[in-house]
Amino acid sequence: MDIVIAESLLKQYNGFTAVREVNFTIRDRECFGFLGPNGAGKTSLVKMIYGFSPVTSGKLTVFGMDVKTNIRDIKRLLGVVPQENNLDPDLKVLQNLLVYASYFGIDARLARERAEELLEFFGLKEKAGEIVESLSGGMKRRLVIARALINKPGLLILDEPTTGLDPQARHMVWQRLRLLKEQGVTLILTTHYMEEASQLCDRLVIMNLGEILVEGTPQKLVADYIDETSGQIVQEKKEQPATLEDVFLKLTGRKLQD
Amino acid sequence: METLKRLFRINISPLVWKVFRRHLIVFSRNWKVNISFNFFEPLLYLTALGIGLGAYVHPIEGVPYLNYLAPGLVASSAVFATAYECTYGTFIRMEFQKTFHAMVATPVSMDDVIAGEILYGVFKSVLYSLVILAVIFALGLVKSPWTLLIPCVMFVGGALFAILSIIWTGLVPNIESFNYYFSLVMTPLFLFSGVFFPLTGMSIIVQKIVWISPLYHLVNITRGMILGRVGISLVWDLIWMIVAVLILLPVPFYLMRRLMIR
Ligand SMILES: Nc1ncnc2c1ncn2[C@@H]1O[C@H](COP(=O)(O)OP(=O)(O)OP(=O)(O)O)[C@@H](O)[C@H]1O
Ligand SMILES: [Mg+2]
Repeated sequence: MDIVIAESLLKQYNGFTAVREVNFTIRDRECFGFLGPNGAGKTSLVKMIYGFSPVTSGKLTVFGMDVKTNIRDIKRLLGVVPQENNLDPDLKVLQNLLVYASYFGIDARLARERAEELLEFFGLKEKAGEIVESLSGGMKRRLVIARALINKPGLLILDEPTTGLDPQARHMVWQRLRLLKEQGVTLILTTHYMEEASQLCDRLVIMNLGEILVEGTPQKLVADYIDETSGQIVQEKKEQPATLEDVFLKLTGRKLQD
Repeated sequence: METLKRLFRINISPLVWKVFRRHLIVFSRNWKVNISFNFFEPLLYLTALGIGLGAYVHPIEGVPYLNYLAPGLVASSAVFATAYECTYGTFIRMEFQKTFHAMVATPVSMDDVIAGEILYGVFKSVLYSLVILAVIFALGLVKSPWTLLIPCVMFVGGALFAILSIIWTGLVPNIESFNYYFSLVMTPLFLFSGVFFPLTGMSIIVQKIVWISPLYHLVNITRGMILGRVGISLVWDLIWMIVAVLILLPVPFYLMRRLMIR
């Protein structure tokens, strides 16, 4: 089954086009990536999927429901990790999870059970009674991911889950995400780290200026790229195999990270 | 026409109570501090004006000045607490803490969030009116059992001021603008709504203008009940406030949606 289907999906802000009539489908239990530089339209795109931002035109269905008409039912099945942390600073760490659970109508006992499991899973157990401000950047990010899982979502949307984390923290998050995928959660990931995309994604699209440039598996994208450019680049980069970064550079003439 | 339709399409669910509950949890974390600060200001007015100035003032409407002033302060303290909550408080949650964004990523809708803000504003009015009432009761200034109905009246008054404050927040969403709200809207209301003196002494034009002050009607009812002077005119004051709430209610939803949903 396809979890997300986008057809000619367009997003405009007062006439400015952020997402240009894109088409894609996201399958059950895969990790699907949106790779692109700043301003590519990744956040605009995922915000439409979780109903924060209205679709300007085109069609977007999630779990077979139209986002325009059934957004509350859709949101019940989603976990959302926004680009900007928005933990509730007025609440302690554990309370953040419990109160968030209440927005899903999850009963208090079950919520506590899940919250404690999740804090354990993300290595935050000792921090349960702390205020959010006392957490490090990496801990906050893990808490946001934990919070997104409180309703046992079928689809987890991660908008740049590891931006700003050090390599160690990043690997820890990646490892958790792989575990979630094994448990059958479908993942949507936006990133401008090509390493992140190739580590986690089964399929991905590369975006720039609101458009999808290419789509495929990380391996296929890299392979296609080498085929096209034949011996020349392969020679040039003998010791370093081509990466998604090279693919992106070739497509846009820009680097992923500026 | 489209705008008009959007204005009235309010999408609220029982999850409003979960949003409200979140505010109560936060409030309960430091309610003692919150409440004692709110004690302080009305007490200052009561001593400085009620007792200090009151010694030189003739009885007004047949009661000593302290007795005249105290009910007015019950009403004004209550709505000020709401006004602070639904300007600074709402804005901080919306803009700095991104609490609204976090909430609407769950089944909670933006309208649920705004309704939760209004409820919290109502809660503040009801609670702070009770706190000041307790004080003036202890001072022997409560004269009538009608006073027991004041929380119900504050529910309406609180809703009205929550709505007005969120309208301002939605129209001019930046933290400096709230200074203007308090100096241009709340303070004039505070001074010219019959909290400190009856408006019967002022020109007929002023009396007509004051009729549009929501605080004026709330003060009338509060004073009437505390002093035990209950008549048909209080019913009109109450109807005035209820009608104002019903007319204005869709506006904060519309403005906040327009602001947040892009
Ligand atoms: N609320 C908004 N109003 C107007 N323009 C916006 C709004 N949000 C985004 N944009 C514009 O839309 C374009 C795409 O922005 P978006 O945030 O989706 O990019 P992104 O790929 O997530 O970038 P980043 O990697 O920096 O997070 C940008 O040009 C941005 O300026
Ligand atoms: Mg983004």
